Amino acid sequence: MAPAIIIIILALLYPLGYMVYGSFRAWDPSQNISESEFVGLKNYITLFYDPAFRESLVVTLTFAVCVVFSELVIGVGLALMLDRNIRGMSVLRTLFILPMMIAPVVVGLMWRYMYHPTVGTFNKTLKSFGLDGIDWLGQNALLSVIIADVWQWTPFIFILSLAALQSLPRSAIEAAKIDGATSWQQIIHIKLPLMMPVLIVTALLRLIDAFKVLEVILVMTEGGPGLSTEILALRISRTATEFRELGVAAAMSNYLLIILLILTVSMYAITRIQENRAARLARQIQEEY
Amino acid sequence: MPKIRLEKLTKSYGTFKVLHGINLEIEENEFTVLVGPSGCGKSTTLRMIAGLETVTSGEIYFDNNPISHLEPKDRNLAMVFQDYALYPHMDVARNISFALRLQKLPKAEIENKVKQVAETVGLTNFLSRKPGALSGGQRQRVAMARALAKDSEVFLFDEPLSNLDAKLRGQMRAELAVMRQSVKKNMIYVTHDQIEAMTLADRIVVMNDGHIQQQGTPEMLFKKPANKFVAGFLGSPPMNFMDARIVEENDVLFAEGKEFKIAIPKKKAKSLKKYKGRVIIGIRPSDLIYDPKATSDRALDLRIVVSEYVGAQSVLMCACGDSDITVELKSETPIALGETLRFAVRSEGIHLFDSKTELAL
Ligand SMILES: Nc1ncnc2c1ncn2[C@@H]1O[C@H](COP(=O)(O)OP(=O)(O)OP(=O)(O)O)[C@@H](O)[C@H]1O
Ligand SMILES: [Mg+2]
Repeated sequence: MAPAIIIIILALLYPLGYMVYGSFRAWDPSQNISESEFVGLKNYITLFYDPAFRESLVVTLTFAVCVVFSELVIGVGLALMLDRNIRGMSVLRTLFILPMMIAPVVVGLMWRYMYHPTVGTFNKTLKSFGLDGIDWLGQNALLSVIIADVWQWTPFIFILSLAALQSLPRSAIEAAKIDGATSWQQIIHIKLPLMMPVLIVTALLRLIDAFKVLEVILVMTEGGPGLSTEILALRISRTATEFRELGVAAAMSNYLLIILLILTVSMYAITRIQENRAARLARQIQEEY
Repeated sequence: MPKIRLEKLTKSYGTFKVLHGINLEIEENEFTVLVGPSGCGKSTTLRMIAGLETVTSGEIYFDNNPISHLEPKDRNLAMVFQDYALYPHMDVARNISFALRLQKLPKAEIENKVKQVAETVGLTNFLSRKPGALSGGQRQRVAMARALAKDSEVFLFDEPLSNLDAKLRGQMRAELAVMRQSVKKNMIYVTHDQIEAMTLADRIVVMNDGHIQQQGTPEMLFKKPANKFVAGFLGSPPMNFMDARIVEENDVLFAEGKEFKIAIPKKKAKSLKKYKGRVIIGIRPSDLIYDPKATSDRALDLRIVVSEYVGAQSVLMCACGDSDITVELKSETPIALGETLRFAVRSEGIHLFDSKTELAL
């Protein structure tokens, strides 16, 4: 028992410790890590003032917030619209899940060709209507990768929201109808508030994922043009391989790790708060009667 | 308060027919109870009136205006659901005021109304609690309060007490009976509990299998049930039934069966003269009185099989021929299982039904 646990802990923590250790050193791939010079917090401080890193943070944040927000709005909206027993609904649902099942690299390739300035689907379509083509992966690159990610991940939110919607107490919604609520008022006052716990957790999950995104963007734009789509994961990998600054890359990874930790902890905190509240209510009721 | 009229109302789910042409008129300010066994279509009827189910055919009228095409919100009604259907994310005050807030009434008016209604149902101390932190009885009151706050003309109840324990149910039933004296509204109340039906109703509508069996005042349904189903459904313990034959001897009609032969009172006999054949005789336990000295043409000899002690009264399950008969007896009467006792039949307590159609004779 004990050895197994030690192995597991080592396997989990060793790489992490390695990264933390490395982040305090001026470390280059040709060196053995122990030969590298200890520089204290220098890597972290340099990064703080590094415009490229800041740009990358801004890009990542913009990307993450935009995709999660759009996916939530579209996914929940679709779920609200399709929350009824229409014939063919199950087929539709299967269709909706498809994008999630495609490997990210393939999604990236697919969109890259659809965005192609001359032979891509989008510009060909625009031209057939006599419109000018759009420079999708040029000056609009960030928007374009956001669109691709929204295409891939909206279904995830749609499926979860639909499940949440269909498990809402039917009779509370009926009571709202009797109380005079229009469809819109039912959504605003009853459905959305009751779905909120699920939506918050889903949004946080997606946010964590969006902060780590790499493949789709790597395949579509490689972070360009310029730094316009260089998200953190890309910046880290370039710092390590292209600039050969392993220590700085490690420090960057730790910044990203801190962001993800905060998101994860807040997600657990929210679920815990909900559980505690339910438990407290149960106790309160028991004590009274 | 509108007069409500259901005309040839039917409901099918696919090919499965749930309601077969319901005709019903509900007068103003009447408390109508729909009662019947599980699955007979009571909730369906109520939910169609509420607008929560579509009408397959037929029509619902409020004051002669067809309303079956209207949304629930346009029907001006209030409803109390079996599971209360409270809004879990709103506190009691907000639950009660939801409809009023949708109507955008002035704040002060809403607060007043909430206070007043909360007082009526005894919830004043719980206004800031969420439903999750309330007991079953309190939730039930919130549901009631929410319906009362709306000031609608029609009040619908779908088994509002069935989730409460026996004691609380009795208490809430009494409170409802009091409340309904002061609240003058059209109330339609669904239950499968015949005691609720008897105590609350101005008019009872007995349903079975998607058909209305009979409607009328509780007294009328109890005294003159139209058929065997109604007779057996209302009253507790339920009416006893035995197979019998009508025979005439010396100008007197008798209902004769295995181990009994009871004289039929003159009043009933007139209409039965031409009816000689198989019948079902029904006698309520309350019309069977322990009386060793009764003559055999107005009594049943019952062999005691089981005795259930329920306080001052004991309920005895007995056998008479191959029929099971339930009677009630003062608990202090000394009896032994297996013993045969004579019970006099009150003559106005004899009900006769055609053995084929089961209609009252
Ligand atoms: N959505 C539905 N689809 C198919 N059948 C249904 C549906 N809703 C109800 N039914 C059927 O309609 C019949 C009447 O149901 P209803 O709920 O009106 O019964 P009820 O009289 O209220 O019974 P209970 O006392 O158990 O509540 C039942 O046989 C039920 O199975
Ligand atoms: Mg029902």
